[in-house]
Amino acid sequence: MALLTRTAGALHRRPRLRLALLLTAPLLWLAVLYLGSLAVLFVSAFWTTDSFTSEVVKVWSTDNFHELFTTPVFRQVILRSVGVALAVTALCAVIAFPVAFYTARIAKPSRRPLLVVAILTPLWASYLVKVYAWRLILSEGGLADWLLKPLGLSGPGFGLPATVLTLTYLWLPYMILPIHTALEQLPDNLLDASADLGARAGRTFRSVVLPMVLPSVTAGSVFTFSLSLGDYITVQIVGGKSQLIGNLVYANIELNLPMAAALATVPVVVIVLYLLAMRRTGALSSL
Amino acid sequence: MRLTRPLTAAVFAALLLAATACGSSGSGSSTGLNPPDLKPLAKLGKSEGEVNLIAWAGYVEDGSDDPKVDWVTDFEKQTGCQVNSKVAASSDEMVKLMKTGQYDAVSASGDASLRLIASGDAAPVNTKLVPNYKDIFSGLKNGAWNSVKGQMYGIPHGRGANLLMYNTQKVSPAPTSWSAVFDDAGTYKGHVTAYDSPIYIADAALYLKATKPELKIKDPYALDQKQFDAAVALLKKQNADIGEYWSDYLKEISAFKSGDSVIGTSWQVIANLAADEGAKVKAFVPKEGSTGWSDTWMVSAKAKHPNCAYQWLNWIVSPKVNAEVAEYFGEAPANAKACDLTSDKNFCATYHAADETYWKNIAFWNTPIEQCLDGRTDVKCVPYAKWVQAWTEIKG
Repeated sequence: MALLTRTAGALHRRPRLRLALLLTAPLLWLAVLYLGSLAVLFVSAFWTTDSFTSEVVKVWSTDNFHELFTTPVFRQVILRSVGVALAVTALCAVIAFPVAFYTARIAKPSRRPLLVVAILTPLWASYLVKVYAWRLILSEGGLADWLLKPLGLSGPGFGLPATVLTLTYLWLPYMILPIHTALEQLPDNLLDASADLGARAGRTFRSVVLPMVLPSVTAGSVFTFSLSLGDYITVQIVGGKSQLIGNLVYANIELNLPMAAALATVPVVVIVLYLLAMRRTGALSSL
Repeated sequence: MRLTRPLTAAVFAALLLAATACGSSGSGSSTGLNPPDLKPLAKLGKSEGEVNLIAWAGYVEDGSDDPKVDWVTDFEKQTGCQVNSKVAASSDEMVKLMKTGQYDAVSASGDASLRLIASGDAAPVNTKLVPNYKDIFSGLKNGAWNSVKGQMYGIPHGRGANLLMYNTQKVSPAPTSWSAVFDDAGTYKGHVTAYDSPIYIADAALYLKATKPELKIKDPYALDQKQFDAAVALLKKQNADIGEYWSDYLKEISAFKSGDSVIGTSWQVIANLAADEGAKVKAFVPKEGSTGWSDTWMVSAKAKHPNCAYQWLNWIVSPKVNAEVAEYFGEAPANAKACDLTSDKNFCATYHAADETYWKNIAFWNTPIEQCLDGRTDVKCVPYAKWVQAWTEIKG
């Protein structure tokens, strides 16, 4: 008992020690497990595989990165993956904005929590179930074909457009929520002031709403962009014959681990660049 | 659970190890394989009381997945060997697990088996200690994937062929040749499907063997650079007409049901399931022959329970059990007597179990290594690691 009191007293007198004890475990987790594994990934990308034994040879070499930048197929797949991620992000933003505007400002306040729940509901279902559902929707003679038939069109079939569409569906809630929150917090009196000063709806949107909500859009785009860039299962199910960067990592992981590691650093680098670009907009400070 | 072969086979990894092992142990034989000198078990001793197995999903069933599917409990009762089984997801995993020395036996496919032989992880098998071996179809004995110089390294379990499947309503006239998915694939542009694995390059090679005699392809798993480039070029051309590649049998079934795929490679079991679900499909071996797979139960060179392992080998190919496994998994049984004991009396006919002329046209999966498997010594063949790279490029 006395020991306990003494320890408590000592801790009370030394706030730094208190903080150190509190933070050691989580910081260790972050540094060792999280950043450590990323570091191992990066380092192993500089190793090579013995082309004969397929065993990892721990000799420093930049061959993998050289191959990464000079092999046309890798360049092509990287560009395709970034393109898909950007398309998904843009599509999510365009769809999410009106939805969030409705749920945050137009719908009756009593209904808003219910609408938010409805937006979140798809997240309760398994990722695979949803992607397979999209496979059925987009398959030949499926729902998409049936809906477009009266217009003399047919669905996109399996391929990159189907991948973009499915990923957009999957990550849409991550875009709606930040925008919804931002719009909800938008003070009414700013809109009133804008109207009093003679601005029409369009002008108010451009000059008042958009600048205040844009950081949230970028925050949401960080989710949609990074999730799309790392995805490799959706494209296997609805992507037809296309392959993205994740598929290349998967194909190399057994036979050529260093090459897989080199490939895996690409999305990491792309996302770091994306985050740096987003930081300039101030989006990250409002996360 | 029932049909994970497509997944496992799809992964099909790290065959290069075989190449290494062969390379390091030197070569001189016509197969390019010169495995370490290991002695098979001379005679059966007392049961050790347990046995550790590595198997494909569906090969070692004790009723825990489906109460009706159980051939392990009786084995344990009769032999007193407690079965501990580990399901492996890929050939690569099997090889890794076997290297630990903690397992006694493994159900290896043609790619893994050769690696295990070459590296000395699998011991030769004394077939005299496996009474049921005499009833195994002769076409499965002394294969390039399960034996070296007449010495068996395991007991064959079952086999299957890669078939050409087509939608009977949308594809007419009925195809007779693999050209339907290669040279004439443009007819069904966007609705052609192919197996998503580097080993599919062998399918193209098999087609070229028949149609381009000037390439002089003898064995689709032994391709020199020129032959390999021709096969890759053919597949790159095919890619333009491919709707999707498949490695998951469910995906293949759904694609044929909806009409997204109308022609492409398949397995007998997929054809059966798709037909059961209402798809109008037919699957057959085209006139050029086909590729296929064959699994072998092998005993570890470091087995701690060799007697129980041998008893398991004998048990799993015994007529009754072999019939049950084959029907549950959807493959042709290895034991000729199994055909009388299947619950579906047409099972063996459907899967061509006894039809040796059918299997003569099947080139079973093997490990492409640098020493040409067809016996050529004047050229180097393209090893599997290069197949993997090429496959990425083919898909673009």
